[in-house]
Amino acid sequence: MYRLQSLAARSLIAGALDQCSPLTLTSLTGVRHKSQGPSVEKCGQMRFLTAEAKASAGRLDGKLREKTLTLDTLNPQVKAVEYAVRGPIVIKAGEIERYLEEGGTKPFSEVIKANIGDAHAMGQKPITFLRQVVALCTFPELMDSPSFPEDAKRRARRILQGCGGHSLGSYSASPGVECIRKDIAAYIEQRDEGVPSDWENIYLTTGASDGIMTILRLLVSGKDSSRTGVMIPIPQYPLYSAAISEMDAVQVNYYLDEDNCWALDINELHRSYQAAKQHCQPRVICIINPGNPTGQVQSKKCIEEVLHFAYEENLFVMSDEVYQDNVYAPDCQFHSFKKVLYEMGPEYFNSVELVSFHSTSKGYTGECGFRGGYMEVINMDPEVKAQLVKLLSVRLCPPLAGQAAMDVIVNPPQPEEHTFKQFHQEKSSVLGALAEKAKLTEKILNAVPGIKCNPVQGAMYAFPRIFIPPKAVEEAKALGMQPDMLYCLRLLEETGICVVPGSGFGQKDGTYHFRMTILPSIEKLKVLLGKVRDFHIGFLKEYSGLE
Amino acid sequence: MRNNSFKEHIICNVITLNRSAFPAAQGEHLHQKMSENGALPLRGKVLTVDTMNANVKKVDYAVRGPIVQRAVQIEKELKEGVKKPFEEVIKANIGDAHAMGQRPITFFRQVMALCTYPQLLDDNKFPEDAKNRARRILQSCGGNSIGAYTTSQGIDCVRHDVANYIQRRDGGIPSDPDNIYLTTGASDGIVTILKLLTAGEGRTRTGVMISIPQYPLYSASIAELGAVQINYYLNEEKCWSLDISELQRSLQAAREHCDPRVLCIINPGNPTGQVQSRQCIEDVIRFAVKENLFLMADEVYQDNVYAEGCEFHSFKKVLFEMGPEYSSKVELASFHSTSKCYMGECGFRGGYMEVINMDPEVKAQLTKLVSVRLCPPAPGQALMDLVVNSPQPGEPSYQTFIKERTDVLSALAEKAKLTEEILNTVPGISCNPVQGAMYSFPRITLPERAINEAKAKGQAPDMFYCMKLLEETGICLVPGSGFGQREGTYHFRMTILPPTDKLKIMLNKLKEFHQKFTQQYS
Repeated sequence: MYRLQSLAARSLIAGALDQCSPLTLTSLTGVRHKSQGPSVEKCGQMRFLTAEAKASAGRLDGKLREKTLTLDTLNPQVKAVEYAVRGPIVIKAGEIERYLEEGGTKPFSEVIKANIGDAHAMGQKPITFLRQVVALCTFPELMDSPSFPEDAKRRARRILQGCGGHSLGSYSASPGVECIRKDIAAYIEQRDEGVPSDWENIYLTTGASDGIMTILRLLVSGKDSSRTGVMIPIPQYPLYSAAISEMDAVQVNYYLDEDNCWALDINELHRSYQAAKQHCQPRVICIINPGNPTGQVQSKKCIEEVLHFAYEENLFVMSDEVYQDNVYAPDCQFHSFKKVLYEMGPEYFNSVELVSFHSTSKGYTGECGFRGGYMEVINMDPEVKAQLVKLLSVRLCPPLAGQAAMDVIVNPPQPEEHTFKQFHQEKSSVLGALAEKAKLTEKILNAVPGIKCNPVQGAMYAFPRIFIPPKAVEEAKALGMQPDMLYCLRLLEETGICVVPGSGFGQKDGTYHFRMTILPSIEKLKVLLGKVRDFHIGFLKEYSGLE
Repeated sequence: MRNNSFKEHIICNVITLNRSAFPAAQGEHLHQKMSENGALPLRGKVLTVDTMNANVKKVDYAVRGPIVQRAVQIEKELKEGVKKPFEEVIKANIGDAHAMGQRPITFFRQVMALCTYPQLLDDNKFPEDAKNRARRILQSCGGNSIGAYTTSQGIDCVRHDVANYIQRRDGGIPSDPDNIYLTTGASDGIVTILKLLTAGEGRTRTGVMISIPQYPLYSASIAELGAVQINYYLNEEKCWSLDISELQRSLQAAREHCDPRVLCIINPGNPTGQVQSRQCIEDVIRFAVKENLFLMADEVYQDNVYAEGCEFHSFKKVLFEMGPEYSSKVELASFHSTSKCYMGECGFRGGYMEVINMDPEVKAQLTKLVSVRLCPPAPGQALMDLVVNSPQPGEPSYQTFIKERTDVLSALAEKAKLTEEILNTVPGISCNPVQGAMYSFPRITLPERAINEAKAKGQAPDMFYCMKLLEETGICLVPGSGFGQREGTYHFRMTILPPTDKLKIMLNKLKEFHQKFTQQYS
């Protein structure tokens, strides 16, 4: 349901829809009128009008020849895809940024993009050692430079020896550079306190997203009531719903328990599974731990229950563990699904099919641009594994620089190595700041009437619940927009803060949220949270005052 | 239903339950379930070849297929000291220039190192023009870091540079940065566009016209997307040229069972190495207009033209020179990459596509679709920027850059000629001129007995040939059957990338092998 509405909303905002009714435009203008923000909307409308003019002109001389590819003849699964993290609100933020750059004025001087977990864009510094190794791999002439430490050079040499022609510019084997796969297996074994990891089960990926899509692609089959159902948490990271739409699988929602700090409730899994069995074949359960957007860290007991459930119902388990280093709450600890599975005994460890994902983009490195990541595949049927390798080979290989960055993460400086001290200091300073910001965000948000925020135990986001007055809900509905979309759009226009509406992640009917990252620097985060507070209070007043 | 061996699983489960080291997990739910169903839960693999995505099963990608897997195995055996009639495996199966010893372009790597580790901007060993490029790229990255996500369409300034490059290349025909999408190698772009185009069911299912022989990314993507592959055959007798009447024939035949909507062209050709004439491109465009086809032009080898009298013409340029009645209509996507040409930077997975005349609504959908994957790798984008914005006359790195580029390209031209010459001296091998790209695709005559033996083994005859070649000489090639070929003809694809001396050795080994093979089976 929300999908349809937000589609309408996207078109409205992106100015991409050419049958946008004058009524809607007027109503939007009405909203804008109340906020004193001047006329980005006008600018948006202009853009929209030009787009429309162009489109209809195209149609005129297209009389002889229709476009081969139109919205009507487009792959319908592509049409169904939604990805809120880079959706309409972000497109709008981009427009406002350009408007400001071109000298336009707004009640704020910059757009703060708290919509996406993009650490470097928020000013986080790269880990020196990681960049040194990748630079050495990129330009091996630097091996002679005395300004690079020996331990970085050692790592770079080792990586290059694993590359064809000792160059980062050659293709790697499709599952990844062999020595990097071995380093990853060693890292997992160490992380999981000796639980064995076989390097041939490791596949490097282009960011974790690529791995998740690839595994889902293998799993999707059947027609109608035998079509693959994929169980995902609600709220979820919208990569999952987008991939499911694109592959035309069936999305099976299980709701996290907001009142219980977004914990996963095993009874809810049963409910959701049983309900889904009526119309599809649930074959996969996806878990995000630590949670995105919800920030909870799963307890060991809860993981055991999930794994047992998967065992019992014959489900393939996908565990998205990209935030494994991002645990802040003192009473929480990251437990990998693999380790818990092992500890449950051989009948579990030897049978449950499990894939877990990791990435260079999160943790303390935040190297999103490198698109590095890996997945470990356990208990996969050997024939299917051969199919997986074949499928990966079509795309040749994941980017080598990303593979090299991944290698540094799983093989960081050791205490006896020269760079250890600096590395360790950089790492703890990033993670320490994140822990502080997690706490700060929760505290400030909870002081605002009408906002309620669960503790940010891990990951990089707060997902507070917001109270939206009935008048505002009605107004949003009249605009064909989700109420939290209206809220976030207003927030963006009045304060320059870009957050993603909860509807983009999914939420219980009648509840509203937004996701914001905790990544801005502490000073900036304080300013940002203060602005959110003021905005929220103003919003409440405005829509309650109307009565 | 998913479990084929019902009994076996019951037994398994009884055993595992009895031995369970995890009593807590056998708690309530399991008991409930047992009493509800009166049976134990079944436990087989969730994912087997029988239950997996059927389209994925159909995917074939010969360039990294069984022969390459065997080559990797042999390499391991050699390392372990197993005796073979050769000392090393030569992987001539894939266009992987650096793996074959080609050196990276210094300037490119300097800028990449600067972008990766900006502290080097203070290092006086790096030339100013490299630093300027790096600064410019970093300035348009979030937080001035190559570790930030970029916009999904690609870094703004890189898209602008790409548009300027295209405009220069095409003699001033305008290119709009809004039409440029950076990609993760060209493959990513090609798959994305095909994904948009695939729709319909049964007779209305999208048909995709591809050349035979083709680069198997196309057939693989078509299989995965469940689209319909439509073959048009290149004319081997006429140096693998494209014949419009063959396009017409193939389209007509396909209309019986699907809806042909896309025409894919690879120019210069892979695996066939031909360079299309301007006239031929015009004819193709006219055909696309007449038949209402979306054009996909794979132009990743645009700098790899060796034969005298041949020249690269971009589809875009020809389209615009044909006048507005064509240039305002034909929907065209063209693809480029950092992996080929003179740079051969495959590992960076850089590339771009330019989309022309795409419906604005569809373009919005394209932007949405690429946003799910967040962005192409930023280092690959940076490298793409350098390819389209290389050192200019007067800049400190210009001389070295030109020298390095010329060296690579002239060596390739020499090797293209050498390969054709040597192969054509072998009785039973006939090789068209390698006008461009990085491969030769010679036709081989196989004795009847060899063909029968292969068939008895359930192998394509040229696969049988290539396997034997690999086992006896260590040379790894890809059989023609992986690219498609006319019935009853046999080929292989080999890259011309090994260094000249190595290439000579390789070609001579090949010659010997072929003669021996022919003797053995006659």
